[in-house]
Amino acid sequence: MANTLNQIGAVTALNVRSIPSRLGTSLVIVIGIAGVVGVLVALLSMGAGFAATLGGTGTEERTIVLRGGSVDELSSVITREQSQIIGDAPGVARDADGKPVMVAEFYLLTDVAKPDSTSPNNVVVRGTQSDVARVRPEFRIVEGRMFESGVREVIIGTGVARQFETLQLGGTVDVRDGAWNIVGIFETGGDVHESELWVDAGALETASRRSAFNSVTLQLESADAFQTFKDALTTDPRMVVNPQRQTDYYASRSEQLHMLIRILGYTVAVIMGIGAVFGALNVMYAAVATRTVEIATLRALGFGGLPVVISVMIESLLLALAGGLVGALGAYLFFNGFTVNTLNFQTFSQVAFAFQVTPELIRQGIVWALVMGLIGGLFPAVRAARLPVVDALRAG
Amino acid sequence: MKYLPLIWAALWRRKPRTIFTMLSIVVAFLLYALLSAVNAAFNAGVEIAGADRLITTGRYSLTQVLPFGHLQQVRSVPGVTSVAGQSWFGGYYQKESNFFPQFPTQIEPYLEMYPEIVLPEEQKQAMLNTRTGAIVAKTLADRYGFKVGDRVPIIAGIWPLADGSNNWEFDLVGIFDTKNPKERSMYEMLLFHHEYFDEARQFGKGTIGWIVIKTEDPDRNEEIVEAVDDLFANSPNETRTETERAFNQSFVKQMGDIGLIMSSIIGAVFFTLLFLTGNTMMQSVRERIPELAVLKTLGYSDVGVLALVLAESLALCVLAALVGIGLAGLLLPGIAAKLPGFSGLALKPEAFAGALGIAVLLALIVGLPPALRAMRLKIVDALAAH
Repeated sequence: MANTLNQIGAVTALNVRSIPSRLGTSLVIVIGIAGVVGVLVALLSMGAGFAATLGGTGTEERTIVLRGGSVDELSSVITREQSQIIGDAPGVARDADGKPVMVAEFYLLTDVAKPDSTSPNNVVVRGTQSDVARVRPEFRIVEGRMFESGVREVIIGTGVARQFETLQLGGTVDVRDGAWNIVGIFETGGDVHESELWVDAGALETASRRSAFNSVTLQLESADAFQTFKDALTTDPRMVVNPQRQTDYYASRSEQLHMLIRILGYTVAVIMGIGAVFGALNVMYAAVATRTVEIATLRALGFGGLPVVISVMIESLLLALAGGLVGALGAYLFFNGFTVNTLNFQTFSQVAFAFQVTPELIRQGIVWALVMGLIGGLFPAVRAARLPVVDALRAG
Repeated sequence: MKYLPLIWAALWRRKPRTIFTMLSIVVAFLLYALLSAVNAAFNAGVEIAGADRLITTGRYSLTQVLPFGHLQQVRSVPGVTSVAGQSWFGGYYQKESNFFPQFPTQIEPYLEMYPEIVLPEEQKQAMLNTRTGAIVAKTLADRYGFKVGDRVPIIAGIWPLADGSNNWEFDLVGIFDTKNPKERSMYEMLLFHHEYFDEARQFGKGTIGWIVIKTEDPDRNEEIVEAVDDLFANSPNETRTETERAFNQSFVKQMGDIGLIMSSIIGAVFFTLLFLTGNTMMQSVRERIPELAVLKTLGYSDVGVLALVLAESLALCVLAALVGIGLAGLLLPGIAAKLPGFSGLALKPEAFAGALGIAVLLALIVGLPPALRAMRLKIVDALAAH
């Protein structure tokens, strides 16, 4: 046993030390696998970033109430009376004055064009209250000031500010019934609200001539109070509403696009991976072929077949590992934090999000690389071990 | 032509190597073909948009509703031949993931405006005579097993019935298809009567979502767009009218950076491939230096040898590209049937031409360095080295 280990060590060292002399062909494996891993990690990090932006919205105690049957805020309708009933339900947190910690909001879309085009993008306009921080304590104005109640003023999320350069502090944006002044920029800890425009509910109600809200968002006394709260509302004969934990609601709104990106990522990676494995097979067969005489000599000296197989595999795995690291690192350097925006078709609105190259994705990429290296090395390794010693020596 | 056997023999000199190289190129072109089919599906709406159709929406957003009265006013604008109001129903069949668009509309003018939708005449008549009737795309009917005569239940996402219930039911009286199967994904929807919708819904009565306009002559579009929007300027319900093409394009543009990412993937795939194939060609020429020297000794010119090596690389790449695209052609119908919203997924002639162009380019890039090397070969040195 120890002998076999020694032999493996010796042959592997021999192989690895000869890699520099075959740098060109070895690079083919590294670059081929780096390409596959890079694409896989980049695509998955896009999916992860999107899911994190939506999934990171809200907390367990925070609940959003929509009309029963409506799957998103845009299609939901909550009347003023319903919002009062919801606020009085058991489990709702109350502040020092006994007022429920809740906000009834309008949610509609407005078209915003990017600087170099006229085509519209669906940007969310949230009609809310100036004391919205009671419900969303993570809310913070980073520049300018809050809108005033009853005035046609807009504050824009940092995501909107980054993606739509046409919208600037001191500028205007068409909301409803003409242009409104942009008076502030806000952040909410990187969640989906940063892709929204916030305005005063009263001002928006008049301008859009709406009478009913779209949703109610509120804080519960505790995360455990959810069931009590939900039961009270769903058994209320006066209305059909659907309360959901905010975290669940937003996670469900990212499901389809996240799934689509993941399917795309894995399909592309599998197909490309097959191509890279063929490349690796080529290189490793060539590597074995150029060393036919050395391998045959070793076998003639009494080295076993196993050490030869393992040494070829180790070489292939090392090259694959290098490729995986280069690909994952490349994806990290080029894409981590890269912000893009797209239409989330589940909410029909624009969402800005950043790619997130997480350690888990890097791990996946490297595992992927090693699997490719394993397959690419296995068959050439077996051929190397099966080489008929006499013929190989004679050929040399 | 007489060199073909020589090129062929050189190509298959080392079978496993050629096969592996070829397979990795096949895979790259398969991926290229699949991604360009998906890309084309995204852009399908832009290409099939009718030149004589306009869409009028609320000025600030497509999601604003318009008064039903707008419809009559638009119809009287000179140059407009017919109009249909549509609304986004936003319901779903059984569960949210079984989503497909449903539109209440004026069925008769709508079908007139969209001649690409084919509905048997007797089903059309049945639809016009059934207040609660609906017609649905063939692809949807196949997916969910709907048959003419069925009562199709749809759960309302936005519009409850007057009694607050979300459970709408429609009598399926017709199943339509598109003239061109490639356009199926654009018309994967259920249509029903606006009249019934407006009567039965709980709120929002007397409104429509947007208006589809058919114009007399596409050359007058610009003038009509202006006339329609002027009609409602400074009213509480201002409008924005644009061509159907521009309207569809704005959806594609809204996907934003996704298109860019698609192209980057294709770029990364081919860059990777370049290394794999280039390496093989180099290796293959290196091994054949004595043979090439012999060819030259026999009187082959330098350019002749260069051409031989290039032709070999060309044969390898183009052959592999054809196999890859052929494979995609076999797989696509199966994928199209499984992927909701992509029933029109197919390979376009442009993608095919693009693939061949890329194959030739790839062949030149990977073939040129070894070909040049073969051309510059000195017979004496080459033969002496071995």
